Amino acid sequence: MATSVRAAGDGSAPPAAPVRDRSAGPGSPSRRPPGRGGLRSTLHRLDLKAVPYVFVAPFFLTFAAFGLFPLIYTGWLSLHRVELGGEAQWKGLGNYSSLATSEFFWNALANTFTIGLISTVPQLLMALGLAHLLNYELRGRGFFRVAVLAPYATSIAAATLVFAQLFNTDYGLINTVLGWAGFAPVDWESSKWPAQIAISTIVTWRWTGYNALIYLAAMQAVPQDLYEAAALDGASRLRQFLSVTIPSIRPTILFTAVVSTIGATQLFGEPLLFGGSVGISGGSGNQFQTLSLLMYEKGWVTGALGQASAIAWVMLLLLLLIGGLRTLFSRLRAKEGS
Amino acid sequence: MARTPGTTASGPPRVRRLRPSAGRQRHAGPLAYVLLGLAALLSLFPLYWNLVAASHTGERVVKAPAPLLPGPRLLDNLSFAWNQVDMGEALVNTTVVAGLVALSTVLFSTLAGFAFARLPFKGRSALLALVVATMTIPPQLSVIPLYEIITDLGWVDQLQSVVLPSLVAAFGVFFMRQYLIEALPVELVEAARVDGAHSLRIIWHVVFPVARPAMAVLGMLVFVQAWNDFFWPFIALTPDGNPTLQVALAGLGAGNHTVDQAVVLTGALISTLPLLLVFAVLGRHIVGGITAGAVKN
Repeated sequence: MATSVRAAGDGSAPPAAPVRDRSAGPGSPSRRPPGRGGLRSTLHRLDLKAVPYVFVAPFFLTFAAFGLFPLIYTGWLSLHRVELGGEAQWKGLGNYSSLATSEFFWNALANTFTIGLISTVPQLLMALGLAHLLNYELRGRGFFRVAVLAPYATSIAAATLVFAQLFNTDYGLINTVLGWAGFAPVDWESSKWPAQIAISTIVTWRWTGYNALIYLAAMQAVPQDLYEAAALDGASRLRQFLSVTIPSIRPTILFTAVVSTIGATQLFGEPLLFGGSVGISGGSGNQFQTLSLLMYEKGWVTGALGQASAIAWVMLLLLLLIGGLRTLFSRLRAKEGS
Repeated sequence: MARTPGTTASGPPRVRRLRPSAGRQRHAGPLAYVLLGLAALLSLFPLYWNLVAASHTGERVVKAPAPLLPGPRLLDNLSFAWNQVDMGEALVNTTVVAGLVALSTVLFSTLAGFAFARLPFKGRSALLALVVATMTIPPQLSVIPLYEIITDLGWVDQLQSVVLPSLVAAFGVFFMRQYLIEALPVELVEAARVDGAHSLRIIWHVVFPVARPAMAVLGMLVFVQAWNDFFWPFIALTPDGNPTLQVALAGLGAGNHTVDQAVVLTGALISTLPLLLVFAVLGRHIVGGITAGAVKN
């Protein structure tokens, strides 16, 4: 950091001091901007006032153009009957009410929920355990950390294509290994729960190490006296983990739970590519079609953009609902605590 | 151009340990090593097996029991994937897209992060809350209008349609803001102002030097993310038009060019290998970046 201090010029002394020195300096009282008057001070004031907005503008302009406007437009589309390139016809809440009676919608919603649960809960629990192990003093800690992060560098598409082979019902390695252990081959593609477990495995594989590293960072920030006090009270290691580590990193756990939930709601590439030629419909019997896949099918296969938009808005409302419930729970918890 | 060791030297020096009981970082027992070894094996095996499958014939890959050792066909598969499936073009496209997205995200995120961290302005906290809130909006909410727009503009299969929406990301703004609030002392900015430096000078001579380690980490994270991005590129580009690697892979997976699984997995290997090499070289910095971005939020 030494370079940056030097880069700032002679400002190495406490900031208040040079100001006073200068105003008390040779002759002229206060040579700071207000005294200079004219164009320079106007520019200076403009610089102070406007520049922060200029700096944050690229984000908000990008968000307005590619986030907010499409969001609202999708909402408008969801109230219409539209085909790509065609005229929109007002339909009111028709798209939503036809979703409510569509078994495909409820199936996709249920699949999104169950795959989300199977992929998120074990993932975060394993990440906690892994972070705990990585927090020991280790030989080769650098290797272990990079190794568990390698799946994060692998794309959804590459990972899914590899796992689709490993999970193949006829020749996949996983069924071979299960066979060695005396199990009958599992139909990982066309049976509902095995397929959902296989897809969840891909998600879990890609994200467990990443979450473990986030937990590890939080664990390393837990003050050591807490552990010493707990040890003095005779708490076992497991006890320390449960009553010191977990409560201390609760905000981080919540953060990863929120991020994983958002990710699970949008699940698209894994089921699409896992299903191969029947990926868009989420398997031949829609057994792993998620909301995202259904939306894509409605929009780009059927060409019903209004219905696809309605599905997108349902996803947003779901996330808002989850967020609202979370806030409600934490409020309640805070009330109980006080 | 001295390198600032700020982010890497975060841990306390581990040499001077007199009492073995002091410190909670106990030495790992054999069980911990076994479990960690298992985790590393599970993490790395699918990647190793990708290489194995890419080095056999398609017939061999789809025969039980699956091959576990590399075969002789890697170069043939690579040349087929390169020439027949045009993975080379996809590789160039992906590099261009990920490079542009990473550069612009780092630049704009640093400017915005600096403003949120150290410049007083009206509505700052409300706008920052808005930045964070936008992270929860799924891309599904924007793809239908965006697809209509790029269709009207004739931008389907044009790389700008995947670059423009990703020019800056809320995650990056928040990441830089968190870093600068810790690393950039208020006094430093004030001192530069007193010296009469205008904002651009301050950015160049104060903010960039301090932010450089975080900018490098953010650049790597965004590069990885843009390299692997799937949902919107899959809609905006087509496998046989002007695809990125992920879109080309989706085409391979759907059996567009071949049902030879060895070639499909060679495509997967081509898309993964460059990033794995980057990880092998810079892994420790990326690990540091992920952990640095996550604490204190």
